[in-house]
This record gives sequence, C-alpha cells and structure tokens, in this order.
Amino acid sequence: MSERPHIRVELLSNPIYLSGARELVGTVAKRLGFDDLDCSKISLAVDEALCNIIRHGYGRALDRPIWISIWPEGTEDAPEGIRIVIEDEAKQVDPKSMQGRSLTDIRPGGLGVHIIREVMDEAKYEQREGPIGMRLTLVKRAPRPSEPGVITDAAARLPLSTHRSAR
Amino acid sequence: MGDPEIVSVNADATSGAMIVAPRGDVDMSRSPVLRQSLRDVQGGSPARVVVNLSDVDYMDSSGLATLVEAMRAAKGANTKMILCGMNDKVRAIFEIARLHHFFTIVDSVDQAVEA
Repeated sequence: MSERPHIRVELLSNPIYLSGARELVGTVAKRLGFDDLDCSKISLAVDEALCNIIRHGYGRALDRPIWISIWPEGTEDAPEGIRIVIEDEAKQVDPKSMQGRSLTDIRPGGLGVHIIREVMDEAKYEQREGPIGMRLTLVKRAPRPSEPGVITDAAARLPLSTHRSAR
Repeated sequence: MGDPEIVSVNADATSGAMIVAPRGDVDMSRSPVLRQSLRDVQGGSPARVVVNLSDVDYMDSSGLATLVEAMRAAKGANTKMILCGMNDKVRAIFEIARLHHFFTIVDSVDQAVEA
C-alpha cells in the first residue's frame, strides 16, 4: 500500500450524504474485482462506520468532517482487495470499547460494529495522532479465482442461488 | 403518515392487511420515515401488517432497528407482522445480524397476506 491514498474524500456528517459515500465505495470495489454482493457488503460496512461516527462520535451534528481514503490491496493492475480508512475529529475513545453487542439480545440498535466486523476481513479502530479523532481501517480481500471455497461466515448462510454468483 | 415518496401505505382489499412499502434506500437518513409510518399503522391496531420490501434497494442497521422495534410492538399488540419481497442484498443484512429467524419472511405480498 502506498502512503498516498488513491482516493480521498471529505464529507460532512450529514446522513443525506451516506448514499453518495456508499456509491463511491461500491463503485470502486466493483472496479477492484468484487462481485455485486460483496460490493454491497463493503458499502454497508462503510455506511455503518459513518453512521456510528455521526450518531456517537458527533452526537448527530450535521457539519463535522469525515474523511474516507481508499487504496487497492496489491497493485492497481492486480488488485487483491480494498483498504478503506475512515477518520473523524470526534472525541477519542478506547479502541477496545468498540465492540458490537451480543446478537442473542434482539433489540433495536447496536448492530453497526458487529456488521462491520462480520463483513470485512479486518476492522481496526485506533486513536488518530493528536488529541482528537478516531481512525477505522477496513480491509476486504478479494477471494482468488482458484479458491472457490473461500466464503465468509455470512455468505455461508446465504441461499444456494446466491452462492453460485459469489466469488 | 410519512412521505409517500419514501413509504406507501395501503390496505389489502381482500384480507384487510395493512401493507407498508418503503422505496429506495432505507438508511439513517430515511429510516425515520419508515418508523413513523409503521407507528401510524400500528396505532390503528390492525390484525396484520405486511412490510413489502420489493422496492428497497438497500438497508442498513437503522432500517433493521426500525423493523425490530415494529416487530416488538406488533408482538405486544397481537398483530401479525410479515416481511416480504427482499432482494439478496437486503436479505444478506438480516442474515449477518442473525435476524432472519426473528421475523416471518416470505417471498411475495400474496404469500404475506395469506401466511
């Protein structure tokens, strides 16, 4: 991974821009070789991360900055996945506190972190350098064509018709 | 009753079931409209509520939370609540969140009003 992001965008913490962020991430993931279902899941993970920042980091303030940076894993010519870094200027918290709740406790809310960790191969929270801001690094590796058996836990529970189209 | 461009609400003429049909993306910016529509419908104490998701392209955890809240209210009021018409992408998030067993999910509105 080069130091300089291949894509870096700044958006305000307004939920109306979530769809634009999803479109961007999904479109780039598609060009890096992910199938439609994986693109949707990667977009979902980013959406959930942004929602958590807006809701918990910024207390639903609409005018705070969020940065999304994207790199291909591997090389541009032979991408092996996607790396997405999401940064904010919210109050720093202990990264260990970023845990999803138990799924046996069925109630509204609290699913975002669980979804992020389920969908992505790597999800690492850390404090940014300086007194404020958090950073979330997400990595999704593209299964190699020679590894048809590489299926995520979530994909393993999908209908067979979906498995046939999954990478 | 919310924004009809985002959520439509109709009564099935035969069964009397209330059919709530969100459209497009159900995310943090739009799920409050669905939440209000479901609350309005459930306020009328219908015997059956069908949430038709066939025109939903995308749903995140805020949409899931809205449906969990509505399902809990339905159970408390003896209302039968059924989801139908999910595409694979929407179904995937229910499965990731392990919520596909919490809801009654069928393929079509016809099945939902008869289930």
